Amino acid sequence: MTVDTMPGTPSPADAVPPAPGARPAPRRRRRRLLGESGLAPYAYVGPFFLIFLAFGLFPLVYTAWVSLHEYRLGGEMTWTGLDNYTWLFTSEQFYNALWKTITIGALSTIPQLALALGLAHLLNYRMRARNFFRISMIMPYATSVAASTLVFAQIFGRDNGFANWLLSLVGIDGPDWRNGNWTAQIAISVIVIWRWTGYNALIYLAGMQSISQDLYEAAAIDGASKWQQFVHVTLPGLRPTILFTVVVSTIGATQLFGEPLLFGGGTPNGGALGQYQTLGLYMYQQGWQFGALGRAATVAWVTFVLIVLLVVLNTALTRWRTGERSTRRAAR
Amino acid sequence: MRIRSTAPVVATLLSGALLLTACGGSDDEAASSSGGGDGDVELSVSLFGTMGFEESALFEEYEKQNPGVQINYESTQGEDKYWPALQTKLASGSGLADVQGIEVARIADVVANQSDKWTDLTTLQATKDIAANYVEWKAAAATTEDGKVLGAGTDIGPMALCYRTDLLEQAGLPTDPAELAARLGSWDDYVALGEEYKAAAPEGSAWMDSAGGFYNAMVSTSEEIYYDEAGELVYDSNPAVKEAFDTAAAAGEAGLTARLEQFVDPAWDQGFASGSFATIACPSWMIGYIKGKAGDAGAGKWNVTPLPGGEGGNWGGSYLAIPESSENKEEAAKLIAWLTDGEQQATVFKNVGNFPSTTDGIANVGDATDEYFNGAPIGEIFTASADAAPTQILGQDDGVLKNTLVKALLSVEANGVPAQEAWDSAVSQVENQLG
Repeated sequence: MTVDTMPGTPSPADAVPPAPGARPAPRRRRRRLLGESGLAPYAYVGPFFLIFLAFGLFPLVYTAWVSLHEYRLGGEMTWTGLDNYTWLFTSEQFYNALWKTITIGALSTIPQLALALGLAHLLNYRMRARNFFRISMIMPYATSVAASTLVFAQIFGRDNGFANWLLSLVGIDGPDWRNGNWTAQIAISVIVIWRWTGYNALIYLAGMQSISQDLYEAAAIDGASKWQQFVHVTLPGLRPTILFTVVVSTIGATQLFGEPLLFGGGTPNGGALGQYQTLGLYMYQQGWQFGALGRAATVAWVTFVLIVLLVVLNTALTRWRTGERSTRRAAR
Repeated sequence: MRIRSTAPVVATLLSGALLLTACGGSDDEAASSSGGGDGDVELSVSLFGTMGFEESALFEEYEKQNPGVQINYESTQGEDKYWPALQTKLASGSGLADVQGIEVARIADVVANQSDKWTDLTTLQATKDIAANYVEWKAAAATTEDGKVLGAGTDIGPMALCYRTDLLEQAGLPTDPAELAARLGSWDDYVALGEEYKAAAPEGSAWMDSAGGFYNAMVSTSEEIYYDEAGELVYDSNPAVKEAFDTAAAAGEAGLTARLEQFVDPAWDQGFASGSFATIACPSWMIGYIKGKAGDAGAGKWNVTPLPGGEGGNWGGSYLAIPESSENKEEAAKLIAWLTDGEQQATVFKNVGNFPSTTDGIANVGDATDEYFNGAPIGEIFTASADAAPTQILGQDDGVLKNTLVKALLSVEANGVPAQEAWDSAVSQVENQLG
């Protein structure tokens, strides 16, 4: 039999002995079916897609299905069509949550990415203990949301908080961080910035290191200052990296949940005026505080659509901004 | 080359196996939750917060008295996390314990919507007549229209006023509970005394902790709160709710509150020790909470006096219930009957402050005093409050209503929102939520 003499071709499934003269033909066929160009790639990626179907696509579709029903936690589902969407778009609380998600998102994402870019630029220089600084960048990211938020909640305490103590040193009467509108949003943004800046800085650093040193040398010879090098060499070179971090941060900001939840003592109210109630908290409140699962599903789906829109918008904006800059550079 | 040709097969098998295991999970779980063999019984008990049984070593004692019974106890700290988890388990019918706790604010929902998911305790030998032992309204709240009793009451929340003697003394107010009670003929007197306190108070200290807490204390003395007897929503036309809201809002506007959200703001917890507030409305379970938060250093600083005007009220309290899916119903009923027996309830009260819900239990605690609270006669005070408490009408969305109104009051005291505006916005939020 050919099984042992022809390594690579046989498998138990193909036990039919081929006619001696026709040997090359079945081999080619088999390669097409099972080899690199055949079924194998599908089998290799199969597990991912099965898991994606079970834990990604199915929940997405089922959530859409649930959002068309009135479904009380512990009760039965009753079909209500688009009632939940009508309810959502007439709910003041929803627009409040939407707006807070955007403002907290902006307050946290923009300084975060700017800081990360600056830090990465500094870390890219030769300096003492460079590896120590690089590694310590990632430490906040490794800390759990719960731990960091609890610490920050103490720092921003009204009566015995560290932040207000610092302010009192310079003679400023500290605000009631938790209950104030902007102060609460700023406090939450600080937590987010603290956690994610290092993470983004390392991504930028990796991006920077793929930029050729020749460009910097050439720029230096042309008499470009460090700042000019940053603006005209580093930034254009980082374009794909910046795009990536913008997309990831946008998604993160839209889904912001753990920080405001824990900042609010584990309740999803988001403060007396809902001043830090994000869409994530609003969804959680509907589902788990009020037991309205159908409505929670509606919020989830609207959030999903919003994320897609925001990512597309942000990507376009970033492309346009960096694209504009590089064309300007080229024109110069 | 051999490897390459077998790899696709392996990969396909692997993906198949993943699918299979994903489907197989629930069967295993169902199998492991049934009781042990050889006449031995494993009872699982799942509760929330501090119900006091574990803290008073009652499970241990029950196991000692009933050889062959093993109790597996677990507790979730927050009821707001415990309840949704319980609901998902009820919906899926798996993962439920033999005994589950139910908070009083949920019992109306359970009685109205879930009577098929919980065991009627009157059908079990050990709990046949259990309702007869309870304070009347406590049993009534857990009884369905067709007479099923779905829960055995563990405790009730009669109310009093807890206060810091050292702070009152510094402000020149009476510190003796009887003298203080003489000055508190009504809620208005309580507010007026607050003005007096504010005028001479130690720096950084307010008369009471929060407008929301004050509001809850006031409405808890009413019979009808958010729903009327027919089960209709009446919160926006009920004068008791509006009056409590307005009085609490006014206290907040006048700066009599420390503006600390109860159970949420970490500064509220710290306030028990640091003295951010001098008084707090005090359901009996708050006694244990204060001890925990004020710590050893707070011993002897706190005292208890009856609510203004000696009014009675109820805030909180829980039930124990057996899910319909339990496979050890008779054994679970025995445990429930023993845990909620007057003697055990008295033990729990003395340990963590949860006040008995059975008439026997109440009779057992009448003479209890608390060293931590300057030897206050807490048994006597809370018994009087329980006697004077009206039979509250509970509704299934009490939780949503209470949450919304307390939040509105916080916006008044902490954000300077005018009281009427806060009320209107709370009403519109409730309408949006409950339709």
